[in-house]
Amino acid sequence: MTEEIIISGFGGQGVLSMGKILAYSGLVQGQEVSWMPSYGPEQRGGTANVTVILSNERISSPVLNAYDTAIVLNQPSLEKFEPMVKPGGTLIFDGNGMHKLPTRTDIRVYQINATEYAYANNASKTINMIILGGLLKVRPIVEIENVLKGLKKTLPPRHHHLLPLNEKAIHTGMDLIQSFTV
Amino acid sequence: MSSIQDIVDPANLVYEKTTVMNDTPMHYCPGCSHGVVHKILGEIIQEMGIQEKTIGVAPVGCAVFAYKYLDIDWQQAAHGRAPAVATAIKRLLPDRYVFTYQGDGDLAAIGTAETIHACSRGENIAIIYINNGIYGMTGGQMAPTTLPGMKSTTSPNGRDQQLEGHALDMSKLLVQLDGVCYVTRQSVHTVGAVRKTKKAIRKALENSMLNKGTSIVEVVSTCNSGWRMSPADSNTWMEENMFPVYGLGDLKDI
Amino acid sequence: MTKHSEEITLMKGNEAVAHAAVRCGCDGYFGYPITPQSEILETLMEIEPWKTTGMVVLQAESEVASINMVYGGAGCGKKVMTTSSSPGVSLMQEGVSYMAGAELPGVIVNVMRGGPGLGTIQPSQADYFQAVKGGGHGDYRMPVLAPASVQEMADFTVLAFDLAFKYLTPTMILADGIIGQMMEKVILPPFRPRRTEDEIREQCPWATLGKTPERDPNYISSLELRSEEMEKINLRLQARYREIEKHEVRYEEIQCDDAEYIFVAFGTMARVCQKAVELARAEGIKAGLLRPVTLFPYPTQRVSVLAQTVKGFLSVEMSAGQMVEDVRLAVSGTVPVEFYGRMGGIVPSPSEVLNALKTKFL
Repeated sequence: MTEEIIISGFGGQGVLSMGKILAYSGLVQGQEVSWMPSYGPEQRGGTANVTVILSNERISSPVLNAYDTAIVLNQPSLEKFEPMVKPGGTLIFDGNGMHKLPTRTDIRVYQINATEYAYANNASKTINMIILGGLLKVRPIVEIENVLKGLKKTLPPRHHHLLPLNEKAIHTGMDLIQSFTV
Repeated sequence: MSSIQDIVDPANLVYEKTTVMNDTPMHYCPGCSHGVVHKILGEIIQEMGIQEKTIGVAPVGCAVFAYKYLDIDWQQAAHGRAPAVATAIKRLLPDRYVFTYQGDGDLAAIGTAETIHACSRGENIAIIYINNGIYGMTGGQMAPTTLPGMKSTTSPNGRDQQLEGHALDMSKLLVQLDGVCYVTRQSVHTVGAVRKTKKAIRKALENSMLNKGTSIVEVVSTCNSGWRMSPADSNTWMEENMFPVYGLGDLKDI
Repeated sequence: MTKHSEEITLMKGNEAVAHAAVRCGCDGYFGYPITPQSEILETLMEIEPWKTTGMVVLQAESEVASINMVYGGAGCGKKVMTTSSSPGVSLMQEGVSYMAGAELPGVIVNVMRGGPGLGTIQPSQADYFQAVKGGGHGDYRMPVLAPASVQEMADFTVLAFDLAFKYLTPTMILADGIIGQMMEKVILPPFRPRRTEDEIREQCPWATLGKTPERDPNYISSLELRSEEMEKINLRLQARYREIEKHEVRYEEIQCDDAEYIFVAFGTMARVCQKAVELARAEGIKAGLLRPVTLFPYPTQRVSVLAQTVKGFLSVEMSAGQMVEDVRLAVSGTVPVEFYGRMGGIVPSPSEVLNALKTKFL
């Protein structure tokens, strides 16, 4: 099994760290993984994205132009990556601030209003975990238990007290995500 | 009057060449200050007993072949980079005496960045800086240190400050750096001056083991070939023209 | 010192270089920040190896100073290295040439970005000529290793030092922004202790560690004004380069056995081409990949042997076409050699590469 994922949004939305947690989760469950970020100034403001590949085999290209799953958190990301989802693949978007919504009918599209929820519930730091929870609901590619192990590896020990909060966010995301009908 | 046999009789000898200096014929022009500074260095290394613990870094310039004359380990650096080379040697071998031996083209022109940053980091090295106000090795071109009005092959009508800028006083500049513990300006044109320079270089080498920072000994020197003068005239010219701009003495001693 | 374990970790290629350097007994690192490789210096500063192995880590004032610090350290027989990205590596070329001339071992990592000039910070492979043909002045070559994974970033750091000391030559790891920035699984090399000074004296009798009474002074220099002597030095260097060509060629082949068309690519482009091979095979096109691991020495012999059985080669590079010249030299006109590349920091995608193969050959 190989899962090729792109996660894209504004710098600061936690795109790169969400990818990192996914990659660590794959590592924990013994898979081959690759995490390839867009790098440079965009990490600090522009649109940032990361390609994450989890596979049971040796990973060839870390650079892709077709994805099994795209997670897009802003309008430019949606416009760029919706066409690059493989037919039958998955598109997850956060509707916050979007005015043009997905249009493809040959893929499964899901909406998760994580940003809106997080701001309403004073949980803006966990937006990416909410979205990750949503992903795992519709694409259970890694076990939640492994995600938590992966999270523990990416968080410095001084932040380990935040682990329960993040776990809660994952479950929130699982409840929040819903099918989007084009 | 004593005979030649009396004079060379070991019992009557009053001077012996340092054993750190070998018998390789020097390529320096007769009258050049380099030979004197080399001899002083050899004497100091011998007197301090540090031949096994000293590593010199030779520059590009007239002193490029310094490694041929003093029997210590040497590295010959790219033009201007001696302080960077010495930085690594000293950091990797902190119990060695590490010095650079650089001219004014090397230290004050192409290697200004390496000089300033090694000094700013306070590398525990000694920098011996031969300033004769000209590029000797390449045949007498203008250096950053060339005096106003001074003639060189690239300032044949005399250095015009409007056109070619001002004489650069590196020692005055380096004094300001916190990493620097000792800056002195000396010369080697009289017996007294040679003695003072020897003391200064010894102090610079000793400082390098005291974790005090960088020491710089500038030796205001002649280049009789580049200056197109006899050695004696060069010394007079240096006293009359160089010393007013590059005044001798300690600029910093912490 | 941390005990070595076979623990699999996830890290960036840049981080892997830093960890591997500490583990393989590196004595000193000298570098200057530049994207996309600053994590190497950052990681070293975080690890603080001077507290464990005694390795020196210093942020220099420039790449010019960095490479000359490497010269100074290497002259003492120490295992020293620097890392940079394209514009910084251009600044180092003088020092690399001096190291080659003075026969000094040292490791230089170039995590390439797009040029010319200040260019872009995005990945590129356009420094192939500079690395492989000699970017500095004079007749010199140096071993050039092209890692295609984070694991190889770690492994080649160790290998580069071994080659550098075996042949007394600067040795380059030619990576690119993707290999530097991406995270993959890596098993770090086992810890090797740093060599003692006695070991260095024995292994590197030329090192400037201080003149002992038993030997003449050592001096490190690339200067020799007598032409006849300078030519002898050149001939000695050339003989050594022939030895390197004879013994150190490394490459990887993927599905070349029955291939009709072969991609030739290194580093990140080899990974992309590997995927293109998968896509091609799925469509029934018999494609294969030859990945040169050493760019100098180049797997010339292997390319010429493959040329006897295939219909064509496609050299795929993040450049305007540099390595393709070496493929053409090796093929020597027997079959077509085509080129596909992107510049300016653009990484060709697998399907883009496959389309190029189809357009050029089918």
